[in-house]
Amino acid sequence: MFAQGPQATPSIWAPASTPAHEIYGLSLFVLLITGAIFAVVGGLLAFVMIKFRARESDAGHEPAQIYGSVQVELAWTVIPVLIVVVLFLTTARIIFAIQDAPEPKSALDVTVIGHQFWWEFHYPKLNIVTANELHVPVSTPEQPEPTYLRLLSADVDHSFWVPQLGGKTDLIPNHPNQMWIDPQTAGLYLGQCAQFCGIEHAKMLIRVYVDTPHQFDAWVKNQQQPRTQDASVAAGRQIFETEACMNCHTIAGTVAKGTFGPDLTHLMSRATIAAGAAPNAPQNLRLWIQDPNTFKPGALMPAMQLSDRQIDEVVAYLSTLH
Amino acid sequence: MADQAFPIPGSLDATPSRGAALLEWLHSWVVTVDHKKLGILYIVYALFFLLVGGAEALAIRIQLVIANNHFVSPELYNELFTMHGTTMVFLVGMPILFGFANYLVPLMIGARDMAFPRLNAFSFWMTAFGGLFLYFSFIGGFGLYGMGSAPDVGWFAYAPLTAQAFSPGHNTDYWALALIVSGFGTLGTAINIVATIISMRCRGMTLLRMPLFAWLMLVVSGLTLITITPLTAAQIMLLIDRYLGGHFFDTQAGGSAVVWIHFFWIFGHPEVYVLVLPAFAIANEIIPTFSRKAIFGYPAMVAASVGIAFVSVSVWAHHMFTVGMTSVSNAFFVLSTMMVGIPTGIKIFNWIATMWGGRIRFATPMLFCTAFVFQFLIAGLTGIMLSVAPLDWQLHNSYFVIAHFHYVLVGAIIFCIFAAIYYWYPKATGRVLSEKLGKWHFWLFFFGFHLTFDTMHFVGFLGMPRSIYTYEADRGWSTLNFWISMGGLIQAIAVLIFAWNLIDSYLHGKEAGNDPWDAWTLEWSTPSPPPAYNFAEDPVVRSRRPLWDLKHPQDPDWKYER
Amino acid sequence: MSTIPIFADENWRLPSRGRVGMFSLIIGESAIFTIFVVAYVYYIGRSTYGPTPQILSIPIFNTICLLSSSLTVWMAEHAIARGRIRVFGVWWALTMTLGIIFLVGTAKEWARLIGHEGLTIRTNLFGTTFYSLVGLHATHVVVGLIMLSLVMLFTLLGRVGQRHAERIQVLSLYWHFVDAVWVVVFTVVYLLGR
Repeated sequence: MFAQGPQATPSIWAPASTPAHEIYGLSLFVLLITGAIFAVVGGLLAFVMIKFRARESDAGHEPAQIYGSVQVELAWTVIPVLIVVVLFLTTARIIFAIQDAPEPKSALDVTVIGHQFWWEFHYPKLNIVTANELHVPVSTPEQPEPTYLRLLSADVDHSFWVPQLGGKTDLIPNHPNQMWIDPQTAGLYLGQCAQFCGIEHAKMLIRVYVDTPHQFDAWVKNQQQPRTQDASVAAGRQIFETEACMNCHTIAGTVAKGTFGPDLTHLMSRATIAAGAAPNAPQNLRLWIQDPNTFKPGALMPAMQLSDRQIDEVVAYLSTLH
Repeated sequence: MADQAFPIPGSLDATPSRGAALLEWLHSWVVTVDHKKLGILYIVYALFFLLVGGAEALAIRIQLVIANNHFVSPELYNELFTMHGTTMVFLVGMPILFGFANYLVPLMIGARDMAFPRLNAFSFWMTAFGGLFLYFSFIGGFGLYGMGSAPDVGWFAYAPLTAQAFSPGHNTDYWALALIVSGFGTLGTAINIVATIISMRCRGMTLLRMPLFAWLMLVVSGLTLITITPLTAAQIMLLIDRYLGGHFFDTQAGGSAVVWIHFFWIFGHPEVYVLVLPAFAIANEIIPTFSRKAIFGYPAMVAASVGIAFVSVSVWAHHMFTVGMTSVSNAFFVLSTMMVGIPTGIKIFNWIATMWGGRIRFATPMLFCTAFVFQFLIAGLTGIMLSVAPLDWQLHNSYFVIAHFHYVLVGAIIFCIFAAIYYWYPKATGRVLSEKLGKWHFWLFFFGFHLTFDTMHFVGFLGMPRSIYTYEADRGWSTLNFWISMGGLIQAIAVLIFAWNLIDSYLHGKEAGNDPWDAWTLEWSTPSPPPAYNFAEDPVVRSRRPLWDLKHPQDPDWKYER
Repeated sequence: MSTIPIFADENWRLPSRGRVGMFSLIIGESAIFTIFVVAYVYYIGRSTYGPTPQILSIPIFNTICLLSSSLTVWMAEHAIARGRIRVFGVWWALTMTLGIIFLVGTAKEWARLIGHEGLTIRTNLFGTTFYSLVGLHATHVVVGLIMLSLVMLFTLLGRVGQRHAERIQVLSLYWHFVDAVWVVVFTVVYLLGR
């Protein structure tokens, strides 16, 4: 829970990026104060419950009736006010530090578009479009390279939450938002949509791959290549382009330019399909295309009513999209 | 009397048959305008829906007991958590608290009924109809995926998920219409309570001599007037969007999804104060009685309550820290939220100070109230944690928030409701509830509550968001979820014991007499249950504790009260 | 209970429950109107297409009628307080007439907006907010008129007397509220918004 680096459990106590670290530090301070209040007040309550319990000898005698005390009440008003002042000032400082941090020139820009029930990622300066699995470069104090995420929505409200990298920010249609992360340890960080967005909200997962500079360059290069035409899977490609798949999906370098569903140009470079609903393996691809309700009942992709042979050919084609 | 050898059927027989007596009795409940009967109707209605909402919670917990479970479909799950929240707030919380107000306020202020008895009845039946209409949605219409048309958009129903485009069925419509209807009932009762307290106090009962319960109900009702109405307005706007082609929340036409969020929380935040202030009202009556002392700092308690009501309308956007407001706006709401915590927290000190120097009797009502103080302390502290906006950026919409608000709703409010029932059931029925069963109920519920909701904070820290019908097995949330669900089962058993206590004590409980707890406010001067007219003679009071004055003529309160 | 001696409060007079009840209702209704006004104001100028508030013409005559009806209803309150039921009836009927003129004027304005300008509640954001806010107010005028006509009916049947003065005052409070809301709506829609 308190380790460094990426975890399987996306705990807020394992920060790996500056915003998450700032929040972590603040939360320790807050816990200290609330813990102290709990100890004092809880202790008083426990004391009172034990010391002033009725005993048999009390029967019939009422205790002294004390109606109030101005000094006591003043004291226990002033002290909380002081605590609030301290807490507020500390909090305000962190709010400004995170929200109003100016974007450095070295930052990577990513536009995130929330959909029911998947994530679209654009890298405008790099000419890359991908889905569900975000690749960002690791950012070190010597070589800072934060990623600035611009958050938009194509339909309803969503929220981008990867606890180890920072707090969440909502994606609201017609209300662009912004957040930034600067992960300091390479690896895979997990998160998911955190604003109820409909039937498959639970399966709108996020994978953030924090790459070393070398890994990141390789990934970018690969993503920027259009797909070469592999003749052995021409049948599958034909089906893809004629059986309505292209109405929703884009595969760069082909006529498929749909934008309703994820960009599939480099589908095989992703570890999962359907925004994390299943691992990216041929049998899962097969099941997904046959009937998306297998993994994600209510997903907006319809069952395409393809024959078994057609599905095999399409899967073969998609398997070449590295 | 009729000749038994020749029974004359029908009108001349002075002894009604069993069936006729039953019908007569039922009829009296349907047409009643008596505040006591209506209060009981509200409470029984709410307790019924407590069981229903609790069943929904159990279904949720069974679905989440292990990862990737298939107990319910995603669509049904979304309906369950939406209905659980909507039920508990609107069909349990509000009605039961207004039910207690209805029953107790006229008795406590020495009046014979509420200001507007017929409005009172109308309000109850509107609320009841709204609830039944809401539940009709489970069967009314095929809905999506054959799961009925129960609302499935979350109890907060964010736009544009609720637009026709994204919610084409009738689910959202049931939500909006049912709540508009029951909202009118709520408004009627709030008006009634305000008018009753202002205009119908008995001689000598100045506002500053009223029981704190009445004060808090006055504040709650006033707050309700400006709390439930924004929701009604927003729901009307939603229906205009859905059915008349309106564009209030249509982002393509210039409308704004954020405006819905603002309007909802302008209702939603003061609403939680509407729910929790009556819990304070109950504690303000029970803790003094069982500590054998007057409440410590009555004027401060009044001022704090009024202060809370005023400040509570300025904090709503602490539900919106992640929506993308400016840093200055975020900071403002951090400050206002922390500030409302001050008068709220101070009440805890007043309760402890009341117990200080007392002779505390831990009968069942006091057990629940003491647990309430402890749990409300924790709830307030986790609330302070959430008011720290950057921390909220992590914890918003996670299970930490669910833990926090259940700590308030169950740990504070339900515990006080249980306390209130144990305390005033003797007055309403003439019989005392079993202490033995009461203690079983308390300890089981206390244990189950903490098992569930203490654990829940941690699964929130570990990154588990809310409103998800399942979760990945490799996220490390499985064990915690298992124990959370177990706690739910234990609470359910405790509630069943409570239900049994209610029924069994009604039939076999010890007789209560007027004043089983040796208390000091006016309702304890009437028989149990009180007659329809409440008081044989209009009471006249001279202090905050009229019965203390009667019982202690050498040492009456009016000698010391300032 | 009456064994407790009375030391103060010889004149135990509390506000009338009818008045308190009506004030409470007015507070609640004000909150509803506030939300619609806030929505209207926030959305000024944000329609992405369609007719703008420039097509509105300021309803001066209508406003004068409605606001005068507050005066006439006040005269009616005075009359019944003095027991002059006939005079009360006249002022009351005048109030109703002015209210009906207001509604007719609103209907005519809407007919023009819908028929000639093509503005409906679904046309654009301006249409939605305009008809919602003005319509909400008009609905309250209608409800008020229904209550006024009931009282008119009872007056004509000779059932209303000086003893009902208090209740008439409570009902008039509602009517004054409706007029006050119109002042706000008028300012926001026809002055600020254009």
